[in-house]
Parts: sequence; structure tokens; C-alpha cells
Amino acid sequence: MIRVFAALVRRDLRLASRVGGSGALSLVFFLMIVALVPFALGPDLNLLSRIGPAILWLSAVLATLIGLDRIFQADEEDGSLDLMTASPAPLELVVLAKVLAHWLTTGLPLALASPLFGLLVALSPTAMAATALTLLIGTPALTFIGAVGAALTASIRRGGLILAIVVIPLMIPVLIFGVSAAEAALGGTVPFATPLTILGALSLIAAVVGTLASAAALRWSE
Amino acid sequence: MWTALWHRLAHPGHFLRWSGAATPWLAGLSALLLAAGLYLTWFVVPPDYQQGETVRIMYIHVPAAWLGVFFYGAMSLSAIGTLVWRHPLADVAQRAAAPIGAAFTLICLVTGSLWGKPMWGTYWVWDARLTSMLVLFLIYCGIIALWRTIEDPNRAARAIAILTLVGAVNLPIIKFSVNWWSTLHQPASILRMGGSTIDPSMLYPLLEMILAFTVLGVTLHLYSMRTEILRRRVRVLTIREAERLDAGAATASIVTSPRAMTVGQGA
Repeated sequence: MIRVFAALVRRDLRLASRVGGSGALSLVFFLMIVALVPFALGPDLNLLSRIGPAILWLSAVLATLIGLDRIFQADEEDGSLDLMTASPAPLELVVLAKVLAHWLTTGLPLALASPLFGLLVALSPTAMAATALTLLIGTPALTFIGAVGAALTASIRRGGLILAIVVIPLMIPVLIFGVSAAEAALGGTVPFATPLTILGALSLIAAVVGTLASAAALRWSE
Repeated sequence: MWTALWHRLAHPGHFLRWSGAATPWLAGLSALLLAAGLYLTWFVVPPDYQQGETVRIMYIHVPAAWLGVFFYGAMSLSAIGTLVWRHPLADVAQRAAAPIGAAFTLICLVTGSLWGKPMWGTYWVWDARLTSMLVLFLIYCGIIALWRTIEDPNRAARAIAILTLVGAVNLPIIKFSVNWWSTLHQPASILRMGGSTIDPSMLYPLLEMILAFTVLGVTLHLYSMRTEILRRRVRVLTIREAERLDAGAATASIVTSPRAMTVGQGA
């Protein structure tokens, strides 16, 4: 079981690194949105550093959406998803491996690069560390919630837009607690740990619900 | 005995028969109840000592909010029916509920902001309850959009059942997080409706309106389910017709009439 899981993760990581992964693309997209905000709001560094965590989180949500439709669609198109469905390994395990690999190539780089992008919006070192930490804990939730939408729209041509419409409302809690945790680190009425632990809880819930629901969606779409 | 009765009622053919008999009565009943409720709202209910005449908006607003949530519940139950029993009527109920629920949620939002203009001085505030209703509306939109995207109704029903249930798990979380967010961002200074106990002279008309809206919602749901069943029958008939024409064309290769062309394209 573990070997199947590891093999699937390795396969997806290798695919992502060789096919010109969506990981790098979503990172570039992340950078572009962060760069767009000052053009819209003006280059006032005080304002930017105050809303910096919110900008980074919003960009992370949008950047996550960009690569999502490829989680299952590429495998659906070339038929390897059918092989995985027919294999003795439970489909939930397959989904978990694929989503984990997807997070490793998109969510994790996003969280790791966020301090660098925080420089652009003049975040203080504390805020940078806090935002990176919340992104590290919160992006798995985004990926797992998005996986449900990806599984539902895997066999739809041009499913990207519908995927975003279906998935965005479900991401609201993660955004709320991600931003409020990052802002709590800068001083506020709530201690940093409270929203952070809730964010962790959201990620765990999303991991369970997302895996089960995506597997169900893939199984029943036949 | 009850399960037998249930199976009888839930059979699509039987459903068409009994709902056909029931809907005119239900429509009449909801018209009566609505008329009575509106009469109470306009002429009997005293104006509120703080809100004045605008309190009358509440008699549309609160029932609409209730139905917006009610139809999500109905959709979730039907989703379980779709996934567990694969019952065709559950698919139909699920599909018919989504636009009605979305419409009532929208009515709730619109009446809420119309009430908010004189009360709060603005059409929209990011109040926790308004925001969660807005998110509910967005989820409805996503569900309706997915219905329209997947062509095969059986596949669509299963996909949307999963989405509906995921949404049902998420709704309490969204409600909780929006409450958290709103208390974090703004002081709770807004006028709270129903914060104090409602006087009976206002409570009973409100309950009457809620009853009237519920009967109306159920009636609309039944009508829309009937339409959906008929639409599916038309779809199947069109496909069969196209298949028959295809088979005929293969053997005799007769030039098809314009009508047959459109039918074939429709399928």
C-alpha cells in the first residue's frame, strides 16, 4: 500500500518536473497578482504592508485555482486514470497520492516563496514568517477542496471556469482564517495560535472530505 | 407498509399522477395563505416603534431566508437519495430544488438590502448573516452551473449530489468562520433584528407568512419536478427518434426531411 502510494507520488512529481510543470506557472501567476495589486492601489508602502498578508493569501487562492484542473484531467485524457481506477489499490489512496503530489509542486513552493514576495509589499519579518507559516498550513486545505472540483469536472471539456465557480465559495473559511492568523501575528485582539489551529483543523477536515468526495466523484463519473 | 407506500409515491409515473392531482389544490392553498399573510402584513401589523413601516419588509425577508436554507436541506436529502438508492426521483427533486432555493436566497438578499438602506443607511454591510446568505447564494450558483455543464442527467445528478453534500458539510464551517470574521472586523453595533422578543402582534403574522412561503415553495418544487420529469421523457424520446432515423437511413438511405434533421441535431 505504502509502495503504491510512494510510486504514485513519485510518478506525479516526475511528470510535473518534466512536462514543464504547472508548479512553476502558478508561482509566476502568484508573482503577477502580487505585482498587480500596487498598480491598482498605488505604491503606498504603509497601506501595502498593512494589507500585505491579505494580498498574499488572495494571490495564493487564485494561483491554486490555476493549476487545479490538471490534477485529474491529464490522466483522464490519456487513460491512465482508468488504469488507476481498475487497480487493486483503493481509489482514495490514488487520490490522496495525486493531491499530495500536486500540493508538493504548487502549494509548497507558494508557501516557501511567499516571504520573497512579501518583500514586494513591504512586510515586516514577523509578518513574512507568519504569512509563510499560515500558507504552509492552509494551502493543503485549498488543494484538497480544489481536488473535489477537479474530480467533478475531470471529464468536462474546458472545465476550468466551472471548477473555479464551484470551488471558490468553499474556500472562504480557509481564506478567513489564513488572513486572520497572519494578521494576529502582527498584534491584534486574538492570540496567533487560535486562528492558526483552526486553520490546521480546516486542512485536516478538507483532507478527509476532499479525498473521499474526489474518489466518489471519479468513481461515479463512469 | 410505510415503505411500500413510499415506493408507490416515489415511482415517477405515480408521482406524475398524484402530484398532478395535488398541485392545483396546493397552488390554491398557497395563494390563499399568501393573500392572508400579505393582508396581515400591510393592514394589521403595527409599525415598529424603531423601524417604522420598514418592518413590513421582514415578513418577506425572513420566510425567504428560511426557504433558501430549507431548499438546501431538501437538496442534501435528495443527494443522499441519489447516491445511496440511485433513485431517479431523487435526481429530479435535487435538480428542481436548486433554482428555487437560489431564487429565494436572492429574494432574501434583495429585501435585506432594501431594508438596510433606510435602517443602516447603506444597501450592503458585511454583516455576518448577510455574508453567509451571500455565500449560500454563490454555492447555489455553482451547483446550477454544474447542472448546466454536464449533459447526461444521470452523471450530472451523481456529480452534483457529491458537490451538494460537500457543500452541506461546509455550510456550518462557513457560517462559523463568517461569524468569526465579522466580529473581528466590525463592532457589533448594528441594529439587531429579533434581538428582543417579538411581540405576538408581529410574531403570528410572521409565522403565517412562513407557513405561506413554505407551502408556496413546496408547490413550486412539485411543479418544477413535474416539468423536469417531462423534459427527461422528451429527451429520451428525441434520442430514440434519432436512433430510429439513423437505423432507417442506414438501410434505405432516404433523404431526411427538415423536421427529422432538427430532431437528429437536438439529440
